[in-house]
Amino acid sequence: MALKGNLKDFTITQLLNLVNLARKTGTLVIEGSGDIARLIFRDGKLAYAQYGQEENALASILQRSNKINATQYRILKERAANMTDKELGLLLVNAGYLTQADIIESLQVYCADVVRRLFTWVDGFFHFDGEGELPEDRILVRIDLENLIVEGSRQLRELEQLQEEIPSLDMALKFTDRPGTNIRNVNLSVQEWRVVSHVNPKNTMRQIARFAKMNDLEIRRVVYSLLQAGLVEVVRPDGAPPAPQARMFPTTDRGEQKLLVNRLISRIRSL
Amino acid sequence: MQTVKIVVTGPFNSGKTEFIRAVSEIDVVSTERKISSDVERVKDSTTVAMDFGRITVDEDLVLYLFGTPGQKRFDFMWEILSEGMLGFIVMVDSTRPETFREARSILETFRAYAPTPYVVAANKQDRADAWDLEDMRVALRLDGKVKLLPCVATNRETVKGVLLELLYSILAEMEAGQA
Ligand SMILES: Nc1nc2c(ncn2[C@@H]2O[C@H](COP(=O)(O)OP(=O)(O)O)[C@@H](O)[C@H]2O)c(=O)[nH]1
Ligand SMILES: [Mg+2]
Repeated sequence: MALKGNLKDFTITQLLNLVNLARKTGTLVIEGSGDIARLIFRDGKLAYAQYGQEENALASILQRSNKINATQYRILKERAANMTDKELGLLLVNAGYLTQADIIESLQVYCADVVRRLFTWVDGFFHFDGEGELPEDRILVRIDLENLIVEGSRQLRELEQLQEEIPSLDMALKFTDRPGTNIRNVNLSVQEWRVVSHVNPKNTMRQIARFAKMNDLEIRRVVYSLLQAGLVEVVRPDGAPPAPQARMFPTTDRGEQKLLVNRLISRIRSL
Repeated sequence: MQTVKIVVTGPFNSGKTEFIRAVSEIDVVSTERKISSDVERVKDSTTVAMDFGRITVDEDLVLYLFGTPGQKRFDFMWEILSEGMLGFIVMVDSTRPETFREARSILETFRAYAPTPYVVAANKQDRADAWDLEDMRVALRLDGKVKLLPCVATNRETVKGVLLELLYSILAEMEAGQA
């Protein structure tokens, strides 16, 4: 029976824990809001990772980890286009370009990084298939899951805390009007700038996240640091459809409403 | 008969039931149940449904006070309770800084439900280990515009004070909206 569900109910960390403890072999496919990731495990260890459409052939991973330079990468892409990763790896080692350890290390770093990126996914369908085929042409690694599980739980805790600090992404942000704060004098990261450039009472945090291509964890992280620095405050979005207000008062007449509040005030004073 | 409502919220054990009890003319209707989990053994019973108090204003106007269940696992009820409220009060136990963060989170959650005025009550100010208001304001990250009021829920006068400040804010908001 295939294992499937939603990350809302069963987190990535819990999934890794299950794979680790049960020493599972198989393929875990996760469909997030924008991307699909595929992880392959053998005997409870991570063997392979694919993130969305991201290029994960050996040559591009080696370039990313600076084991080969851009020119070498281009040459390999042209000349070794028909080679499998296994063939290419063997060629590079035999030619004395790289050691086997270099290659394995680059692949391990890449796969672990894919898993780390998945930790920020809090919503999405997953599906574990124990029958799936191994990609014959790829070099498989063996990564112990324990360290990743610890890292993942740490991130999860962070997300929970941030959700407590910023419970609703449907609220908007505005710059605080405290005298003396000038956003231009603050050192912001690229991500923070991207958020700052959309700060406007008209944009909800959810919209900003979409503009800035961030997920829930990332937007909360940035907003939290801006809040801590006192640069922005959380406000209700302008122009949002008014909440069902009519029912606050039994009357819609403004004058009567005021009168009603004044009646409440004198009653409470007399208690 | 016309009715209006005010919601009293805040973390577990902050004094919501006590607050409503101080001014309600009916015995506070709350579904209390023995809770035995370790975390919640601070007191021996806690509100699992909600508190419900009433103040009759005159022949045709009644004010209801609703206390929210504090624990997160009941937060699905918050939105329902907050529907149509005139405003809300966030109770904070001034002697338990470890709950400030949660109080802040509850405040933000309610603020997201409705654009109604609110005040924060620094409760249990009668206790020697209560934090000063200025320190609480910083710890709770409350803007200077937000009313943070001293409160002793067992003392009717301070409870009245908190309710009145909320009503003044509601009135001020209406006047600003009309201008
Ligand atoms: N000293 C003191 N005790 C209070 C005050 N308000 C509430 N309490 C006590 O704090 C405990 C929790 O109050 P309760 O109203 O049940 O909290 P709730 O969980 O928010 O409804 C009870 O034992 C109350 O008697 C206060 O202002 N001062
Ligand atoms: Mg209670």
